[in-house]
Amino acid sequence: MADDLRTTPLAALHRELGARMVAFAGYSMPVQYDFSGEMARRCRGGVLAEHLHCRNRAALFDVSHMGQALVSGTGAAAALEALVPGDILGLKPGRQRYSLLMADDGGILDDLMIANLGDGSFSVVVNAARKEADFAYLRTRLPADVTLTPQPDRGLLALQGPHAGAVLARLCPGAGAMRFMAVAAMPVEGIACVISRSGYTGEDGFEISVAAGETENLARILLHEPEVAPAGLGARDSLRLEAGLCLYGHDIDATTNPVEAGLTWAIGKRRKMEWDFAGGATVRAALHDGPRRVRVGIRANGRAPAREGTEIIAPNGAVVGAITSGGFGPSVGAPVAMGYVPPGLAVDGTPIALLVRGKALPAHVAPLPFQPHRYLR
Amino acid sequence: MTETRFTRDHEWVRLDGDVATVGITAHAQEALGDVVFVELPDTGRAVGDGEACAVVESVKAASDVFAPVAGTVTEVNEAIVEDPSLVNADPTEAGWFFRISGVDASALDEMMDQAEYDAFVAESA
Repeated sequence: MADDLRTTPLAALHRELGARMVAFAGYSMPVQYDFSGEMARRCRGGVLAEHLHCRNRAALFDVSHMGQALVSGTGAAAALEALVPGDILGLKPGRQRYSLLMADDGGILDDLMIANLGDGSFSVVVNAARKEADFAYLRTRLPADVTLTPQPDRGLLALQGPHAGAVLARLCPGAGAMRFMAVAAMPVEGIACVISRSGYTGEDGFEISVAAGETENLARILLHEPEVAPAGLGARDSLRLEAGLCLYGHDIDATTNPVEAGLTWAIGKRRKMEWDFAGGATVRAALHDGPRRVRVGIRANGRAPAREGTEIIAPNGAVVGAITSGGFGPSVGAPVAMGYVPPGLAVDGTPIALLVRGKALPAHVAPLPFQPHRYLR
Repeated sequence: MTETRFTRDHEWVRLDGDVATVGITAHAQEALGDVVFVELPDTGRAVGDGEACAVVESVKAASDVFAPVAGTVTEVNEAIVEDPSLVNADPTEAGWFFRISGVDASALDEMMDQAEYDAFVAESA
């Protein structure tokens, strides 16, 4: 593995746990684990078992590669609103919102979480592969009295699954009372953390921001709980795909707008009156005129998974789009995919075909998510 | 039946008369991870040495399986199509892929034996 890869604060712990490390967004990250000892009794290891452990119990993901930053200053909310379509002025203290960092042409530069920390500052969490570009863009576009402070000295852990709430409540009683998209600064077993009840799996769970130097301590405390097993990027990807959640650079990018991506819900009600965010006019037109293509769920009728880039064929034989994320869904027990099709085909049940290894395999448009969300609302 | 021989593409081959049984090695299934889909060749298909004729997909990626010897596919293991996890659980016995008949036995002479294959895997690790 190349020496110039960056590491997270859990590099040593991953090795100890039997992780298979891969390069991802410039970081050395665990894709899956070969567990031994007590952890092997909890979870067999491997993408399938780690995925199912998250759906059934609780999985711990190292997501310290993601970009964390604070946006602070009197006009921080208004300044963010100039770049994202979400209602940030209306985001109450202690609440978090999923949003999109927009380009002036209506393309999506990244998707991100924005939280009102209640002290006049907002935290943002952005994708690892985009963080330098995002922070540079924010610096260019934020007014002089609003400050962006990247937090490379913080780790980020995700505890996800139906048992995540019980586990964290045991170690941090205040966490048990949090609802989906709540954010609070609270200690976990004496370690200062910023906890949000959110995630990227479709399950209930938390993302926990913690000082880099305390990240391994916190991970060990969480892994000490009998319900918890580590899970790698492989399971993280199959979990989010089943949950119908977009992966930046694949399902959305600078060439997709929020309307065709099916993310119109992320545009605040007030924002839809004013359209005063970067790319707003283009997004407004896409909403008014209807999108040229639409992100949909796709189920193969057979068992061959269709991967990213697979061509989508309409009933008339024309190639009309491509798969943007695809693979085997361990909880669904079958291949699942997302991709873009013309609006006329974006109806659940519409028969299509997928060109896999030169063969047109029958498939159909299917509702998203493939696996129902189980957020604690 | 002859001793098991191995290819650089991580297939194993066992010859019984002029019929070769082919599968992927324990190392290959380990590296692939959880196998979720297998596509096997049609029986009766004539295959050339090194021809891609089956596909094995894990949760991570799809890989070709190559015919390690020339001949005609006479039998395929439908059990691994029904339950792809057999390839992980028992790669060199119950998890075999296909049988090729009309095989020239000398084709196996240049393949690796177990010790050579183990060394090859250790070297490429």
